[in-house]
Amino acid sequence: MSEHAPVSRLEKILTKGYFAVTGELGPPRGADRSVIERKAQHLKGVVDAVNITDCQTAVVRMCSMAVAKILLELGIEPIMQMTCRDRNRIAIQSDLLGAYALGIRNLLALTGDHQSFGNHPQAKGVFDLDSIQLLQIVHKMGEEGVFANGEEIEGGPVRFFLGAAENPFADPFDFRPYRLAKKVKAGAQFIQTQLIYNVPKFAQFMHRVRDLGLDQKVYILAGVGPIKSYGAAKYMATKVPGMDVPEEIVERMRKTPKEQQKEEGIKICVEIIQQVKEIPGVAGVHIMAIEWEEAVPQITEMAGLLPRPQV
Amino acid sequence: MIIANRKPFEEIKAMVAPFNRILVLGCGTCVTVDFSGGEKQVGILASELRMARQLEGKPLETLEYTVQRQCEWEFIDPIAEMVRGVDAVLSMACGVGVQAMAERYPDKIILPALNTVMMGMPIEAGVFVERCAGCGNCVLAITGGICPIARCSKNLLNGPCGGSQNGKCEVNPEIDCAWHLIYEKLKAMGRLNVLMEIIEPKDWRPAGGGGPRKIIREEVRLEV
Amino acid sequence: MSEFEPIIVTFACHYCAYGAADLAGVMRLQYPPSIRIVKVPCTGRVDVHHILTAFEKGADGVIVAGCRIGDCHFKDGNIKATRRVQYVRKLLKEIGLDEERLNMYYMSSAEGARFAEVASEMTEKIKSLGPNPLRKEAKR
Repeated sequence: MSEHAPVSRLEKILTKGYFAVTGELGPPRGADRSVIERKAQHLKGVVDAVNITDCQTAVVRMCSMAVAKILLELGIEPIMQMTCRDRNRIAIQSDLLGAYALGIRNLLALTGDHQSFGNHPQAKGVFDLDSIQLLQIVHKMGEEGVFANGEEIEGGPVRFFLGAAENPFADPFDFRPYRLAKKVKAGAQFIQTQLIYNVPKFAQFMHRVRDLGLDQKVYILAGVGPIKSYGAAKYMATKVPGMDVPEEIVERMRKTPKEQQKEEGIKICVEIIQQVKEIPGVAGVHIMAIEWEEAVPQITEMAGLLPRPQV
Repeated sequence: MIIANRKPFEEIKAMVAPFNRILVLGCGTCVTVDFSGGEKQVGILASELRMARQLEGKPLETLEYTVQRQCEWEFIDPIAEMVRGVDAVLSMACGVGVQAMAERYPDKIILPALNTVMMGMPIEAGVFVERCAGCGNCVLAITGGICPIARCSKNLLNGPCGGSQNGKCEVNPEIDCAWHLIYEKLKAMGRLNVLMEIIEPKDWRPAGGGGPRKIIREEVRLEV
Repeated sequence: MSEFEPIIVTFACHYCAYGAADLAGVMRLQYPPSIRIVKVPCTGRVDVHHILTAFEKGADGVIVAGCRIGDCHFKDGNIKATRRVQYVRKLLKEIGLDEERLNMYYMSSAEGARFAEVASEMTEKIKSLGPNPLRKEAKR
């Protein structure tokens, strides 16, 4: 990576060595921007940047780019997510040029959930590229100022602060740190992980990441999130692929009386934040409180993450 | 080989409803091996149709025949007389055979009795699985002999994705995660270094992205 | 009106079912005349189109009778037959015939009584289902 000035607040925070905090927002299944404005108000000022998911679980929602632009208008820094499921390399590069022109500077490159999960399973999954190839392309657009075919981009390089996702709990477990290395090699500058509830297992993963020297090359943000209820805990533990929710946490939620479960779920999240903060190599947290954005100010307050630094 | 599957009986019955005399034409190659359209299956389908039509009070006359391969002119040319004598041909070949028949006998209605599904193999008697997607640029040398285009639900070249769980694909727990298989295979062979290289985006033109494909073998052409 | 006397084509394997049928005769056990036996070396020899042909030619019912599972003289012939009978029952449904017209039974060559029992059982069932609708003329 060549020397360059940070292109976004998030990049500035991380390069200056602050512990970063990012949030997440799921776009509406409609065209009403007031929904976004309402959710975003909870996140303003308590996180450094906000992820906008890209048709998560292959359900049609307002596109990430449009929501990112709305967030910019509200004075919130967006992290635009882009998957490989719905677009080929032509559309992807075209969208990247557009996003840049609109002022978006953070990008998370993902493979994308398979279309069979969503509400249009009959659709053709594009998958012209995979997430690693996408990282490479975006990296080259910023570093070398060229498109995927080598042609120069008119007007010069288009540089994003580039991120990728990693699931420390997916299989093959042994291979995950190497896959992370591949993403870093392809150009990933920051990583957001899948929700962490099994801190010891995550610590194991981080140990191997440090062995590979990756903590020196990429900023790793640990994924955390509050649990809404005992039912939600059970669901995540049993029905969501790639999630590891230890029995103690499910039990803890179960033992909590129903009216207090939300508070308990927030407490658990705060504890996990405090624990992962202590793991060397963890540069920040990514708080995922989908459909519960109002919990984020409380979580960041209780975890001692406020106020956010001025950069 | 090509694996096909007979269409639902109701659909076939509806297709031949307007006709009184049909040729049920089988193929002796792929669809014989996968038990979908060979001589035996021709006999079974013809018998089923005759019985069903008789129950409806609209008898159907059937000719039954199976050629060596329905996708080669030399095997379908000799049956011209048979084809002439029927209202329609119910082909039990794969899509290629049906089209060859339609091209060789342009005035005759040729109906497909099968759905052509995939290129695959029987991993045990009666169980056929997809193995090849015909992408035109084989990468099996760098994936331990396991195809990520045919066997990965997302055609990843640098997999696995985050949905791989217990060696199974997130789409369906009965599908093996191809990249899990590739990883285990290369690990067992001490060739994990292969996976550290980033595989570049695929050129999809040989896979059909450049339009329908054509291969010419100059050394066996007859016309110069 | 006289009762309909069904025709039930019965594929019986040489090593078990046919022996049982034979024994039933020797034991002077009564069983209905609807049973028309076709001896096969093994029920595994019975193919899908044999059964379909029987129905197409007007049989009211078809029995496939073989050795008990595990006792087949040819190891797994009766297992193959079981699969095929299951398959043809599905085909009968597609065609519009009652799948109950076809059944597979298992017995040893010593079970003369069993053969007679099966024959009566199936005949009763077919009588209640009525003649094969594909029959050209009604059976007197």
